[in-house]
Amino acid sequence: MAWHVSVYVTLKPSVMDPQGATVQRALNQMGYKAVTDVRVGKFTELEFEAGLSEADVKKQADEICDKLLANPNIEAYRFTVEKK
Amino acid sequence: MRFSVTVFPGSNCDHDCEYVLRDVEKQDVQMIWHKDTDLKNPDCVVVPGGFSYGDYLRTGAIARFSPVMKSVADFAAKGGLVIGICNGFQILCEAGLLPGALIRNKNIKFLCQSTYIRVEQNNTPFTNACKPNQVLKIPIAHGEGNYFIDAAGLKGLKDNNQIVVRYCDANGQLTPESNPNGSLENIAGICNVNRNVFGLMPHPDRSAEDILGSHDGHYLWQSILSSKVGAK
Repeated sequence: MAWHVSVYVTLKPSVMDPQGATVQRALNQMGYKAVTDVRVGKFTELEFEAGLSEADVKKQADEICDKLLANPNIEAYRFTVEKK
Repeated sequence: MRFSVTVFPGSNCDHDCEYVLRDVEKQDVQMIWHKDTDLKNPDCVVVPGGFSYGDYLRTGAIARFSPVMKSVADFAAKGGLVIGICNGFQILCEAGLLPGALIRNKNIKFLCQSTYIRVEQNNTPFTNACKPNQVLKIPIAHGEGNYFIDAAGLKGLKDNNQIVVRYCDANGQLTPESNPNGSLENIAGICNVNRNVFGLMPHPDRSAEDILGSHDGHYLWQSILSSKVGAK
């Protein structure tokens, strides 16, 4: 058993996403005309020692996102915590 | 002057900077490995271009936690001159020494080409040898050079005259076509409020001799050499 944290980092809505726009154009070209927007983000999985409390895991995950995994100038993040 | 060039795993313009400073500008240059914390008493720190840490996660995101960056931040806080070129600019933004961020180029291509930039501010230690609105021909080579800052941040940059160079055409006009990467308001380089930290995407390290297609980078190095500002 260990804590499993899934982190989702996405570009803020105000930041242009050229990668997402390119993927969208490709999808539209492939025939998926109903796709009106694509935003590409990052998904990161973290494993924490089982001995930590859930509150500690959340606190550390929050710090990790703020300091390294996301750049607050351009990105937003959210994460889920589960014991596996 | 004494220059210290930081070297990260994946830096690849560190030797371009060493060459231009030592062989072209005839200055003292020392290379500082990213795990070192002693900057060896420089007058100016150069954070060079390249692909530090393979650009993993985000450009500059991991390099900014290298031990040397704490020393660079301390040096900058004391008024020392710091110039970040290309990946160096990205690292300085990630480190919070400069505001904003560099995101993926608008056309998602890696761009390696000659560009023109216009000197918007020549009252910085990095541009004081340039005339107002002087147009410099300096090349770029990057995939993430699209400068972004939020509306409040942009206002701050303008209020404090921190936008130092902008992409332009050969005549100095700021056109959408002359903006290679989609940067907000054609921004190619900015300084901090105290004007002792400067970051830009174009490479003055690759453009200080005619044989390289342009010697205009020389104006930026010459500015640093003629500036009186230094770490206290």
